[in-house]
Amino acid sequence: MRIQADRDVCIGAGNCVLAAEDVFDQDDDALVVVLQEHPAPGQEAEVRNAVAQCPSGALALVED
Amino acid sequence: MTTTIPRHMQRDRFAPVPETQAARDEDGFPAIRTAFGTTARLVTRYADVREVLGDAERFSNAGLPRLPTPDGENARAGNLLATDPPEHTRLRRLLTGEFTVKRIRRLEPRITEIVDEHLDAMEQAGPPADLVSAFALPVPSLVICELLGVPYADRHEFQDRATRQIDLSRSLEERGRVAAESRAYMGELVDRAFAAPGDDMLGMLVREHGDDLTRAELIGIASLLLIAGHETTANMLGLGTLALLRAPDQLVRVRDEPGAVAPAIEELLRFLSVVHSGIPRTARHDTTVGGTPVAAGDLLVLSLPSANRDPAAVERPDELDVTRAIAPHVAFGHGVHHCLGAPLARAEMAVAFPALLRRFPDLALGIPFEDVEFRSATVVHGLRALPVTW
Repeated sequence: MRIQADRDVCIGAGNCVLAAEDVFDQDDDALVVVLQEHPAPGQEAEVRNAVAQCPSGALALVED
Repeated sequence: MTTTIPRHMQRDRFAPVPETQAARDEDGFPAIRTAFGTTARLVTRYADVREVLGDAERFSNAGLPRLPTPDGENARAGNLLATDPPEHTRLRRLLTGEFTVKRIRRLEPRITEIVDEHLDAMEQAGPPADLVSAFALPVPSLVICELLGVPYADRHEFQDRATRQIDLSRSLEERGRVAAESRAYMGELVDRAFAAPGDDMLGMLVREHGDDLTRAELIGIASLLLIAGHETTANMLGLGTLALLRAPDQLVRVRDEPGAVAPAIEELLRFLSVVHSGIPRTARHDTTVGGTPVAAGDLLVLSLPSANRDPAAVERPDELDVTRAIAPHVAFGHGVHHCLGAPLARAEMAVAFPALLRRFPDLALGIPFEDVEFRSATVVHGLRALPVTW
């Protein structure tokens, strides 16, 4: 599983950081920074939750 | 003159009235009358609300009915809620850096101090107390004042204006007049910030973006942050405390289990959905939403409280259950206009609820539940007062 993040679409709401802090971060302008493009199996649930909570549709999961 | 409260805003205490809840099961989007006296179509299902909010290309925020502007100012300038991309994107990006999860975490020690000071004052004065005026309203007001650079000494005036401005039982003329007073007040603060920019958000905006923003835009941005920064969280704290007092086993979890706080806040946001005036969007062209045809120019009004109680999105939606797995809710909206201050609101609640419940482990309602007065006609749902004892 790979995370795709579109920083042009991101609005910096920060929901992903709150949902999965080890996987997502924000830069100084609040835009999403993916810390782990390939999350560990144990992180899958929180990553799916983070993607579901993204208000702008900037995040997507791609199955490898 | 009073205006009839639109039915989609009417509440049976915490819940939307049954008519609004029933609209989810009807085909299409029923016609309603808005607070402006115009006709609109009410969208109540979770998936439909998400679809409309999530598509700023098909659905516009601009061109909505507005309050009268006796000051002749452009009331839309700088109001993020009344603009579409790319203008909205330009304005929002000036502010997002102030509301990152990291920046808000740095505020937590100060939020904790503010919460503790207000709890100290309640304790010293002794029971009974009105939790709204002693805690729920002043805590977020002081936080947003410090963050923004608004003198806290002015709170009674700006809180009073905010309450009148979002009270739909008042005439459009009165609300327009109060909005103009708010702009005049914020104009003075903006001018002061231009003369001597401080370390606060107004100072930052003037220092870093003073050349890119008009004075009217700065006033619009700051006015929105001030009103949205205290009305929403204040009412979440008041209503949330009442909801927890009605569910003592859940209150105990929020008080005693640090890990239970974050999911409990999301559940309270969902269950209470305080922004309940109906979010307006205009269709730019003919389209369909969840199979329902929508014509170009149709005004859709989206009910966040109804969407958050849609059984298609959440099980047992009318029950408060702080132990449920976090379900994505639309209490902060969805799409590009998702609440900018959400990380701040969450941080304030995460400090305030457990601190209040730990300080007063015997906190109890000071009057019968049936006598608690809910606000009836405001854009943000809430309580007039919450008498408590301990």
